[in-house]
Amino acid sequence: MPHDHHDHDHFHHEGMSPSGHPYREDNDAPLTYWQRMEIAVRELLVEKGRLSPAEIMAQIEAMDARSPANGAAVVARAWTDPAFKARLLADASEASREMGFDIGPLNLIAVENTADTHNLIVCTLCSCYPRNLLGLPPDWYKTRAYRSRAVREPRAVLREFGLDLPDHVTVRVHDSTADMRYIVLPARPEGTDGMGEAALAALVTRDSMIGTGLPRRP
Amino acid sequence: MAERVRVKRLTPPGHVRAPWYLRGKTGVIERPLGHFANPEQLAYGLPAGEKPLYRVRFTMSEVWGERAECPADTLDAELYGHWLERVGDHAS
Repeated sequence: MPHDHHDHDHFHHEGMSPSGHPYREDNDAPLTYWQRMEIAVRELLVEKGRLSPAEIMAQIEAMDARSPANGAAVVARAWTDPAFKARLLADASEASREMGFDIGPLNLIAVENTADTHNLIVCTLCSCYPRNLLGLPPDWYKTRAYRSRAVREPRAVLREFGLDLPDHVTVRVHDSTADMRYIVLPARPEGTDGMGEAALAALVTRDSMIGTGLPRRP
Repeated sequence: MAERVRVKRLTPPGHVRAPWYLRGKTGVIERPLGHFANPEQLAYGLPAGEKPLYRVRFTMSEVWGERAECPADTLDAELYGHWLERVGDHAS
């Protein structure tokens, strides 16, 4: 705040350098209670030989490697293989494991968009998201605005995402309030006959699997 | 025939995962999900009993009344059995 600095460096508080580049303030504050707790627990686990630093790094790398491309591969398989699609809609966790994705104990439900149904995923209580399959959620997914408005006025939210649904399409909002995670199985775009799985997967966007968008068209 | 249930209108202290905006609202069970450790104990590191979990489907008109954006649109949420009461067969 300005009261603890001199006037000549006032721009430090505006998140903007003198040359107009936005920047993030340096994190010079002391560690929080939970940051200290995390470091202490991690160091104890290493010290007692329960985990190695290499295992911790490997887990962080595995988490960082998760991306919407995993979910897109699942969607593309469902578009090209009706038997797989049936298994995905019956048990999305098992179907994802079948494709080799390590989704841990994740309980996944796939919800299908059709000509008359559009699905939208939200977690009003926090930020539940199928991270194992889609990677980290986008920032907006965790905002109060998205979490409160997606259940209250989903069509207005979708319009802001550029998706204006006709009245004959029913919107089904899914609030991830407990142990399930959700992925939308978007409808296969027109004009994709004969396309292979890899080419189809490239059309599947992250937002189309949250329900705030549609797949790309070829 | 889908089973109709109402979310109990309770206000217990502590961590619960039944959203406030659904309390007192009536919906139908979309599917049972199996049994899961009760988050109301889990959140405090207490031994947590397993509770049945259900996906319940509500219409937007049931949730938001006349202010619903589109009355026939639906909202599905996961609710634990101890938050639900059966509707229509005189159960409490």
